[in-house]
Amino acid sequence: MIEKALTGSRKYWTWVAVLLVLIAAGLYAYGQQLAQGLTVTGMSRDVSWGVYIAQLTFLVGVAASAVMLVLPYYLHDYKKFGKIVILGEFLAVAAVSMCMMFVIADMGKPMRVFNMFFYPTPNSILFWDATVLTVYLGLNIFCGWVVLQAEAKHVAPPKWIKPFIYLSIPWAVSIHTVTAFLYAGLPGRHLWLTAILAPRFLASAFAAGPALLILLALLLRKVSNFDAGKEAIQKLATIVTYAALVNLFFYSLEFFTSFYSNIPGHMHSLQYLFVGLHGYNALVPWSWVSLILGVGAILLLLFPSIRKQENILAIACIALFVSLWIDKGICLILGGFVPTPLEHVTEYSVGSFEVMITIGIYAIGALILTVLYKTAIAVKQDAAK
Amino acid sequence: MYDTGKIVTGLVIFVAIVTFPIWGSIGGPSELPKPVIKESGRCIESAEFMRANHMQLLDDWRNSVVRDNERIYVSETYGTKHDKSLSSTGTSLVNSSEEKKSCMSCHSNKKEFCDSCHDYASVKPYCWTCHIEPEEKI
Amino acid sequence: MEDSRREFLKKAGVGSLVGLGVVSAISVIAEKTSIASSVGDAAADASGTRYGLVIDTKKCIEDCTVCSDVCHAIHNVPDHRLPDGKPDLKNEIKWIWKEPHVNTFPSKSGEFLSDDLAKKHHVVLCNHCKEPPCVRVCPTKATFKRADGIVLMDFHRCIGCRFCMAACPYGSRSFNWKDPRQADNLKVIGKDTGFDREFPTRERGVVEKCNLCAERLAKGLIPACVEKCPGKAMTFGDLNDKGSEIRKVLASNSTIQRKSELGTGPSVFYIV
Repeated sequence: MIEKALTGSRKYWTWVAVLLVLIAAGLYAYGQQLAQGLTVTGMSRDVSWGVYIAQLTFLVGVAASAVMLVLPYYLHDYKKFGKIVILGEFLAVAAVSMCMMFVIADMGKPMRVFNMFFYPTPNSILFWDATVLTVYLGLNIFCGWVVLQAEAKHVAPPKWIKPFIYLSIPWAVSIHTVTAFLYAGLPGRHLWLTAILAPRFLASAFAAGPALLILLALLLRKVSNFDAGKEAIQKLATIVTYAALVNLFFYSLEFFTSFYSNIPGHMHSLQYLFVGLHGYNALVPWSWVSLILGVGAILLLLFPSIRKQENILAIACIALFVSLWIDKGICLILGGFVPTPLEHVTEYSVGSFEVMITIGIYAIGALILTVLYKTAIAVKQDAAK
Repeated sequence: MYDTGKIVTGLVIFVAIVTFPIWGSIGGPSELPKPVIKESGRCIESAEFMRANHMQLLDDWRNSVVRDNERIYVSETYGTKHDKSLSSTGTSLVNSSEEKKSCMSCHSNKKEFCDSCHDYASVKPYCWTCHIEPEEKI
Repeated sequence: MEDSRREFLKKAGVGSLVGLGVVSAISVIAEKTSIASSVGDAAADASGTRYGLVIDTKKCIEDCTVCSDVCHAIHNVPDHRLPDGKPDLKNEIKWIWKEPHVNTFPSKSGEFLSDDLAKKHHVVLCNHCKEPPCVRVCPTKATFKRADGIVLMDFHRCIGCRFCMAACPYGSRSFNWKDPRQADNLKVIGKDTGFDREFPTRERGVVEKCNLCAERLAKGLIPACVEKCPGKAMTFGDLNDKGSEIRKVLASNSTIQRKSELGTGPSVFYIV
């Protein structure tokens, strides 16, 4: 089936060429990082995780959001999602692949990555994160491919795939819960040491992922003649709206606990993010932009009459996606390291190779997505004939 | 046949890649290495044992010394006790009135002994990025 | 005949999967029985050795850096510098150093400190906790708790994920962002200055921290910082040995620990 990705219009091949150029630049930058060490990044003794782990955290959420299509369609027989479940599953494949690449990019000794499996350590959440992400990747490739192949052959999917599809539903929740556990169990980092971190992660995932899916569906309608259907997109928009509201609510709960209790350890990180701490305020503009974009997007999404207009819906989804990317991908991770356990402030400024590698990995993800989506659309269009 | 051009090109590339070990090593070492040991005396194990097992031995040593604090090795060939040490010296734990002997105490000419076989076999043990090579004795 | 061959293949496939599953489950369970030692089972340690330190801040000389200097010298800790000679704080590696009082004990009040404490700097280092969060999070057990209570790094196994650095609530750990041998104090092998031939350097890409001088303990010596302190401010010993000197010091002095509310059980005590 994948040979269908080898035929395409000029626009298609131009897009692939652009991605390949970005990937080549990323590979060059990664070569430099391998040669010189992680010192080329903006990370330091005090801010020991940076852009790479931030992207990993955000993309696990995007990957988990496939469940928002799988659950209604397979568990509740919501037939309107029938055409686009595959888009969610393949987005999960691309997102988890990017997660794994970001982990490799972040490791000090990437050649030793298999030590995690030679010396399994069940008390380490990172071990479980690696395990559940690998299984989730396998599940989505497997389920997506088998169902798509059945469609290509004009038959119903085989019965034995159903247990795997049903498994992927709680598994999607588990990958993001486990990722939240990476942070929520660390005793020295007060921005992360909160029970609501896992619910926050899930809520923002179910807002950001489906928002991206809406944008991809609208894009696919423009660049190919694959139409997800107005009802499906509107249902996704409803899911995004509720998830975004819940996420904003959860986030505001953090502010209440921190500032009403007046405990310095709880307040300091949020102060650093929104007003600055001891004169350091590099993340303040980012936090406010994220908040404004997020609230603005929710205001647009709240009213069905506005939500139904697809060009405004697109703007709201872009704003929400960017807002959540900043919040989870930048503010949460970098903010967790401020102040340091010794109550100092060290700020983080990204390195140029770091940016190139990040863009390169996103380009690889986009290429995986392009190839998979091209295959899926071609199969569905052939099947429709 | 169909696509003759593509198939033949692919075959040529494939054969070139698969036979790389043969034509790629032209100009490299052609003789078997002859490691030279300058010091006299007996190693902690026999030469046959070491030839086959020194890699596993060092791997076992680095785990047992660092993780289990077990620093004394009993020779399989001779039954004698030795300090587990690649290159560090100091007081011996086996006999506190003596200097600790390490592998490199006897095999100090790393280039003629260790490297002669390693270069031939294209093996690059990364011990020496951290552990400090003893100064070569002239 | 076609069907029965298919049935046979199905059963053989499922059978071998189950077999593999059982084998790997047994090996994982065997691994699990060793978790107790890596996580630091408190009950098990009570009967064994538990090395610890007491630092008498009143005897600690204010502008003295001997403990830090000697530790970093004998362990080949790189001193990375910027091109203009200033310390490269981004790539800094430190095992033991001094922090002001309010940074050492942030959960204690900083209001109306005595004149002494307001100006005082305390020695900070890895606390070799009884229940170390860094050991709990390490995915490869490269950070592990030895039977004698020391929290050690296995540099051969570390993958450089830096989860331990995020987990440590004391900021005790440093990462080798660049090759340590690029630091000026480690550039030339064979020279006497700064390069201890007996202790390996580390590689780029691994985390490091105070190792409680495990290599010296193996030879029956005490940690270098304790031995060389000019003010005799540090006491080292086995906290589980009721007759040891360190227990006498603890019994006769009022001591505090850093961030004791976090449940880490530090083995470093401060007489303030």
